[in-house]
Amino acid sequence: MSTVGTGSNDKCKIGVYVCHCGINISSKVDVSKTVRFAAKLPHVTVSREYKFMCADPGQDLIQQDIRDGRINRAVVASCSPLMHEPTFRNTMAEAGGNPFLFQMANIREHVSWVTLDNTAATEKAMSLISAAVERVVFHQPLMPNRVPVHPDVLVVGGGIAGIHAALTLADAGQKVYLVEREPSIGGHMAKFDKTFPTLDCSACILTPKMSAVRAHSNITLWSYSEVIGVDGFVGNFKVRVRRKPRYIIEERCVGCLDCIEACIYKSGKVPDEFNEGLVKRKPVYIPFPQATPLVAVIDAKTCIGIRTGKCKMTCIDACERDAIDLNQSEEINEIEVGAIILATGFKTFNAKRIYRYGYGKYSNIYTSLELERMVNAAGPTGGEITLKNGQKPKAVGIVHCVGSRDNKTNKYCSKVCCMYSLKLAHLIKERTGAEVYNFYIDMRTPGKGYEEFYDRLLEENVHFIRGRVAEITDWVMTPEEEGKLVIRAEDTLVGVVRRVPVDMVVLSVGLEPQPDAEDVGRLFNISCTREGWFLERHPKLAPVSTFTDGIFLAGACQGPKDIPDSVAQAGAAAAEALALIDRGYVVLEPNTAYVQDELCSGCKTCIDLCPYGAISFDDEKDTAKVNGALCKGCGTCVASCPSGSLQQYLFTDDQIFSEIKGVILYA
Amino acid sequence: MSYLYFPGCSLKSSGRAYEESMLSVFSTLGLKINEIEDWNCCGATAYMSISELKAFALSARIFALAERQMQASDRADIVVPCAACYLGLNKTRHYLAEHPKLRRKIYKALNAANLKYTGRMQVRHPLDVLNNDVGIEKISSLLVNPLEGVQIACYYGCQLLRPYSDFDDQHEPSTMDRLLKALGAEIVDWPLKSRCCGGSLTGTVQDVGLRLSYILLKEAKKRGCDVIATACPLCQFNLECYQSRMNRYYKDKINVPVAYFTQLMGIAFGLSPQQLGIQRLFIPLKSGAGHVCL
Repeated sequence: MSTVGTGSNDKCKIGVYVCHCGINISSKVDVSKTVRFAAKLPHVTVSREYKFMCADPGQDLIQQDIRDGRINRAVVASCSPLMHEPTFRNTMAEAGGNPFLFQMANIREHVSWVTLDNTAATEKAMSLISAAVERVVFHQPLMPNRVPVHPDVLVVGGGIAGIHAALTLADAGQKVYLVEREPSIGGHMAKFDKTFPTLDCSACILTPKMSAVRAHSNITLWSYSEVIGVDGFVGNFKVRVRRKPRYIIEERCVGCLDCIEACIYKSGKVPDEFNEGLVKRKPVYIPFPQATPLVAVIDAKTCIGIRTGKCKMTCIDACERDAIDLNQSEEINEIEVGAIILATGFKTFNAKRIYRYGYGKYSNIYTSLELERMVNAAGPTGGEITLKNGQKPKAVGIVHCVGSRDNKTNKYCSKVCCMYSLKLAHLIKERTGAEVYNFYIDMRTPGKGYEEFYDRLLEENVHFIRGRVAEITDWVMTPEEEGKLVIRAEDTLVGVVRRVPVDMVVLSVGLEPQPDAEDVGRLFNISCTREGWFLERHPKLAPVSTFTDGIFLAGACQGPKDIPDSVAQAGAAAAEALALIDRGYVVLEPNTAYVQDELCSGCKTCIDLCPYGAISFDDEKDTAKVNGALCKGCGTCVASCPSGSLQQYLFTDDQIFSEIKGVILYA
Repeated sequence: MSYLYFPGCSLKSSGRAYEESMLSVFSTLGLKINEIEDWNCCGATAYMSISELKAFALSARIFALAERQMQASDRADIVVPCAACYLGLNKTRHYLAEHPKLRRKIYKALNAANLKYTGRMQVRHPLDVLNNDVGIEKISSLLVNPLEGVQIACYYGCQLLRPYSDFDDQHEPSTMDRLLKALGAEIVDWPLKSRCCGGSLTGTVQDVGLRLSYILLKEAKKRGCDVIATACPLCQFNLECYQSRMNRYYKDKINVPVAYFTQLMGIAFGLSPQQLGIQRLFIPLKSGAGHVCL
């Protein structure tokens, strides 16, 4: 049996290397016992242990054994292959071995980290080592596939993260597709008045970048569009983008606003999304003055011309450039790209979910994003902070952690709310002179210049009360509370329950994943955390990569983030994409399917099942034939083949059955 | 539909009007209800804070008696009108399900009295039964004497809702509002409906207890309420019986009737005041509510 299926004339000589991983493995698994056990397994010629197999001295052990002719195959029992399989395959190759005559047994994630009992852990480690040894006997020498990388990049989401990533790539000479769901790029940052802690004007620093996107010859901007299909793999993605009809011919529109003037609705009819519903817009609109592209859009749900056809269609007459086309239909564009950057952002917490805070029940209670619009000079009130009755507030309460750090809603800290609350407190104080009360659990202001900004607010006599707000109500106890909103909270520094009467309340809502994050994750074949944030490949060492090669993350879609962090991450994602493109090729696992001609009956079952069209029929031989360049190694054909003729490299029947045998033999 | 019934001590003494009105309303709706034989005190809040184990044992005995009264395989819900009993029994159910050590001790204690607890009985409040088993439609079909023009502030209190209520929102309840609205009443927008009345503090630390009750009454009066509807005998007692003392203490003139929601339902069904224990109220239903009563 020694040379059966080995594809080599050499006698099968297996080296087993068990890793302590510091104490990650050795505190649960009796490593020496597993080494003695492995030494007695068939074909094992060397069995060793080492504190860190992935360190150079650990790898040297394997290489020396290969060079000395003691082994020609290796099993490393250590961590997950996701972590170090590439490391040890390289180790094999560098010493002149074949990288695929190697198998890993995961005795850390699958054993020591998840087993309480030491004896049970050792037993399980031994059975996994036994399985790996049995399997590696049937491994064949293989060569990895090299595939060229398409140089174009897709960026999904046109907020500050997507904009920055797209510009970085385009400046480096790559062609970029920037796809944005809304009619304009800009994202949340376009809605802000000032940014913390420097208080520079948000629009002043964002809009030049938006214009740069518009003007850049390397960027194709598709706004009002969504990605609907992703096929392929790293370096060679095929993406389908749906361009929603905006009923305006983008190339002709110059953003003159004549159509909006001419709309038969003389005033707004629909809550204006850009202004957080504080005012209404018409069915034909441009979201904001600096919108990019500066092209009108007609909302089909509310335009009576589109809905019923019974409209005077004054907008069409008003447009001198004949840019309006009410019969426009959606367009599907197909593109090929080598890398994808997801920068799909976040949504804010729905404050109505915490009923006792009275949002939607009492007037003059606003979310932080609504207040951002109110303090914005280009916003619905021209930057005036006013109550519903038109007066200026004399006292304003800012409630932190609404939908954050709360077992009933979201457990996590949304990271940006303390700082934006400070910013809003400053702006409210500056514009109205009102007393401002911040109700906080903990002030979290780590960041360059952030703590100093907090100090500045203390100097400005903004009040800080430490305690989560219990309720916001209109029942009063004293004449001073009459007609006010009363904020009830325990002041945990003083140890009393406070009732603070105010005229206006700002709810500092937390950040949540986009409502369709799960669907988007599925579309791009990446995972989400329990909360719905996109999952990075490694929280510390691969924060912008995902478990799908060639797909990178930027901005708040990966977790709550402020502008500097989003921009930094966008730059990192662009650099990762560039590294991939610059190399020019990707190395793919040689896990393709192949046909054993003598067993193939020519039934053609596999041909229709192959999702990639990789199988054809050889009329001369009367057998199926796999095109290795097209095969993605999904295994569908292998599982369906009635005669067992189809096999897959790295997953042959022999390999899988012997692995199972290894576990059973041990038991 | 038939239910087992655990009255608890209040409904046989200070809260007799609650029992009388609930039984009358249930029988009008065709609900059958059997009192648990040989029941004992639920342990309430007092016992729970002195000896948890004994408090759990008392409640567990009630469940065990209820199980004995039914056929071995039958399930039945226990209707518990008193909010303190509702909390105590639910707490016992949850703790016995979640803590095996405690469960073993309680089993042993019950075994000594030849009793067994399996946990097959659910605890239900009349508000839950009326809303979810009977339904608003059936209830409004029996309406003969609409509570038109009566401004009612529905008061749920705290123990009924938190932390075990699964039939209503724990902070913004609405089951009582819906019932009484269906019977023609106008519901006062009163944000204090699930705030504590002071509970047993009225008897122990009276200035704190009185203050908590006074906050409720003052705001209810301000919002134009004719009558407060309650679903708890202790809340009813605190809010009604101490009004004159509050008036002295806070120099106010509060005089708001406090009735059980079942009494108001009975009035709407056209039942006689005697059937509903109306004569037991210290502050008579007059003004708005009176005209429908008499």
